[in-house]
Amino acid sequence: MIELDDVTLAYRGRTGPVLALQGTSLKVGRGEFAAVVGPSGCGKSTLMKLVTGLVKPTQGRVLVDGQEVAGPVKIAGMAFQNANMLPWRTVLENVLLPLEIVEPYRSKFRAEKKQYVARAEKLLDTVGLSGFGSRFPWEMSGGMQQRASLCRSLIHDPSLLMLDEPFAALDAFTREELWCVLRDVWERIGFTVVLVTHDLREAAFLADTIHVMSARPGRIIETRKVELPRPRDLEICYDPRFSDLVQVLRHKIAEVRQA
Amino acid sequence: MTLRTEDTAPWIFTIGLFVFWEAVCRIFSVDSFILPAPSEIFAAAVKYAGPLWRNSFVTLWTTLVGFLLAVGFGLLLGLVVGWSRTIYRGLYPVMIGFNSIPKVAVVPILVVWFGVGEVPAIITAFLISFFPIVVNVATGLATIEPEMEDVLRALGASKLDVMLKIGIPRAMPYFFGSLKVAITLAFVGAVVSETLAANAGLGHLMTQAGSNFQMPLVFAGLLALAIEGIGMYAVCAWLEYRMTGWAHRSTMNA
Repeated sequence: MIELDDVTLAYRGRTGPVLALQGTSLKVGRGEFAAVVGPSGCGKSTLMKLVTGLVKPTQGRVLVDGQEVAGPVKIAGMAFQNANMLPWRTVLENVLLPLEIVEPYRSKFRAEKKQYVARAEKLLDTVGLSGFGSRFPWEMSGGMQQRASLCRSLIHDPSLLMLDEPFAALDAFTREELWCVLRDVWERIGFTVVLVTHDLREAAFLADTIHVMSARPGRIIETRKVELPRPRDLEICYDPRFSDLVQVLRHKIAEVRQA
Repeated sequence: MTLRTEDTAPWIFTIGLFVFWEAVCRIFSVDSFILPAPSEIFAAAVKYAGPLWRNSFVTLWTTLVGFLLAVGFGLLLGLVVGWSRTIYRGLYPVMIGFNSIPKVAVVPILVVWFGVGEVPAIITAFLISFFPIVVNVATGLATIEPEMEDVLRALGASKLDVMLKIGIPRAMPYFFGSLKVAITLAFVGAVVSETLAANAGLGHLMTQAGSNFQMPLVFAGLLALAIEGIGMYAVCAWLEYRMTGWAHRSTMNA
């Protein structure tokens, strides 16, 4: 589904060229849940922009769905640490936003609005927000906004979901709740996910494979399969295999931080 | 109870100011040519109610015409400036330079071009008040969250899509907020121009009264200006609240 082949990305910073990624290679299969972890400032977010076609690599190739990425990929949904809800739109209108932009929905938006609304409501239902569609984002808690943000990233049936630390700003309980929400949606629909995070437990709980990035310039230095059985529930966080995995990842990151 | 005190506070303070003013004038028996007491000012206002009304109306409409021109032009220029970084960088110094010119200095030029009358007042009101609108609209557009833009651009949204869906709605609170500043400035512009060169308007009335040594009438003119200014500000503030209430509520809860 996604293939990064020896990708280097440099951009002009304030004080001269900055090398964000150097010689990064990465493969994510169709329907796979991949997590990318690494120290802060290692170019994780740059990775997101590369895959979604918002920036072009300086060197190397980025392939999505077997095709080299030349512009915005349009098949991706995105969610960020900040829910980024538009405060002048209701939750439902926020969720519908991508359909106003991306084809083939865009040209049919007026005609099929009813159907789209039903679809958005169903999606809100799956993340536990049924009945909240007519609220405004600022009437909801951070966790609820993040749920809505997840709906917005999924409304156009993307085959690829890019998540940039989506749960980082939430409290521990809400975060674990949303892990389960994401797990359930993913298991039901089966899209490909790339989750950028610095929470190792989050990565271990959700992902099939975990990629560890080095400090800037970023490079994938280790890839680990998560051998924990599915379906997983939160109990698994107390499984020794789980703690061992987190332990190993933690050491790996401590190493690259010092280097 | 607290709410009621808060609601009546503006009246209490205004009346208090006038009472204090009256008291000072009487206790120190200030010459009414230097500073007329409020009672004399009100008396003058009643006596010259006719001319005050007529001239207030002239000032009102010149201000409003200049203000509306500024809204249209400012909105347009703000969108253009906020749209492109290059235009923003190129036009900004020019606009700041233009805005730094005291508009009093422009009035004589306008008089040469358009003659004495309402036109210079309208143009001065316009010139002085479009700048805050441009700056605010441009700021609203320029401060779109980059992540929000990424979300849309990754879906293939054009610059126009991003502006229509995010930029313009986002700039609206800035725009309506700037109207409150712009209307007061437009008012100042119109009055300045009337004071220098006009046949009508409160500015003209006050200059005339001043040269006739009718100080109570001059102050009555000031009073009329203040009332008119408050009225126009209130309308803009109300408009802001009606149009972009979400912005107020969201900041209150955020």
